[in-house]
Amino acid sequence: MYPSDYLYTEDHEWVHVEEDQCTLGITDYAQNELGEVVYVDLPEIGDSFDAGEEIGAIDSSKTSADIYTPVAGEIAAINADLEDAPELVNEGAHDKGWLVKLRITASGGLDELMSAEKYQEFVAEQAS
Amino acid sequence: MSDKDPSVPPQGNPGPKRTPLHDRHVAAGAKLVEFAGWEMPVRYASETSEHRAVRGAAGLFDVSHMGEFSVRGPGALDFLQGLTPNNVARLRPGRIHYSGLLTPEATYVDDLLVYQLGEADYMLVVNAANLDGDLEWLRSHPHPECEIEDHSDRYALLAVQGPKATEILRRLTAVELDPIRYYRFASGTVAGAECLVSRTGYTGEDGFELYVAPEEAPAIWDALFEAGAGDGLVPAGLAARDSLRLEAGMALYGHEIDRTTTPYEAGLGWVVKLKKGDFMGREVLVEQKRQGTERRLIGFEISGRGIARQGHSLVHEGEEVGRVTSGGWSPTFEKAIGTAYLPSALAATGTELEIAVRRRRLAAVVVDLPFYRRDS
Repeated sequence: MYPSDYLYTEDHEWVHVEEDQCTLGITDYAQNELGEVVYVDLPEIGDSFDAGEEIGAIDSSKTSADIYTPVAGEIAAINADLEDAPELVNEGAHDKGWLVKLRITASGGLDELMSAEKYQEFVAEQAS
Repeated sequence: MSDKDPSVPPQGNPGPKRTPLHDRHVAAGAKLVEFAGWEMPVRYASETSEHRAVRGAAGLFDVSHMGEFSVRGPGALDFLQGLTPNNVARLRPGRIHYSGLLTPEATYVDDLLVYQLGEADYMLVVNAANLDGDLEWLRSHPHPECEIEDHSDRYALLAVQGPKATEILRRLTAVELDPIRYYRFASGTVAGAECLVSRTGYTGEDGFELYVAPEEAPAIWDALFEAGAGDGLVPAGLAARDSLRLEAGMALYGHEIDRTTTPYEAGLGWVVKLKKGDFMGREVLVEQKRQGTERRLIGFEISGRGIARQGHSLVHEGEEVGRVTSGGWSPTFEKAIGTAYLPSALAATGTELEIAVRRRRLAAVVVDLPFYRRDS
């Protein structure tokens, strides 16, 4: 269920690190909790953030959730498909619903993230 | 109280109460949340699909958590007339009206329905979250010839709402449904159980609310699905209930109405019958009717991309002029809508505003309420 080569945050986001870049999204658990995604509020290419900073938000029919970056970086790409098709986050939270790509400027923050196995346990605890 | 009281959580552990339909919710895959001390289904499959089902076919809601009070005695009419703004004398057995309990400042203690069951015999249906407060309010303004009893645990309440609701219910009862016009009720048997069949609801669609003894509720639930699944009847939760009532322009206590709002401010002037005689809050309402109110409830639509929620600020020419009272996504119109109080001078339809949501300002425009009317 949760890709083993991704890392996970306690805010139910995933990070896929590839050398000095990473891709960020929300997990399948998060999209299910959110309900039907209606808008995705993304930052702009070139914006810089510190680890832990809020970079945007996702509006669903019933609630809004902030998106954070666990790692310091500069936005290298955003998923433009989400403008017209926000439901991609529900349909493919781990792949086609990716949110942003960041060029990592400081790797601090990555060591605190969970493996797929740990995240699976974390989610199981939430549900109980 | 028998030790099989279904509303007591298992093992007597302190926790939210459960309605008689709890097992049905679990079986239907409901996501359960705590609301007003009850464990309630917020959604089953998805709140937007449940919302659309109610608009297009039918949905079934468990609203057993609501409170029902009996108000009886030779003084019952006077008692209710004195504490509510609507005219109870216009009711007859079998009729209902929407009303409220107002403070001397004419602000809302709660909104409620008044049912006339019989001669000097009324039932008040109140919000679950305000049940204790309402009972205390009523008891603190007693009438010597009027008795108030909390009968909430005698009733489970199922609401079947949608264009197919009447057709579906018809299959389960010999009660003639067509003569039961909006805001009327009749007693009879539904799927073999004694029922009060009320053509009321909180969705803006046609439909009925069925008051039954708690032990009969599961069988009625099953019978409704057996009769209605083929027509598209689905179980619907509190999230859909909220988006439906918002589209229909119906007030929710704690949002559009509370202890700071009067009926005139809230657009509920039709509930106020100044000529019926004296009632709590009447003086303030006479004044507000004469002078107008300083602020008014409006509906808004967001033109940009984003959803405003309760508490977000409305901005006009750089100044905060109000706060969102309800806000959310409208599945029917596929846009973000909401309600807010604005100074009366800014409350005209078409007024353009901004709503501060997180770091952004969303463009919004004042629109007429309700957003949705069936058959329009």
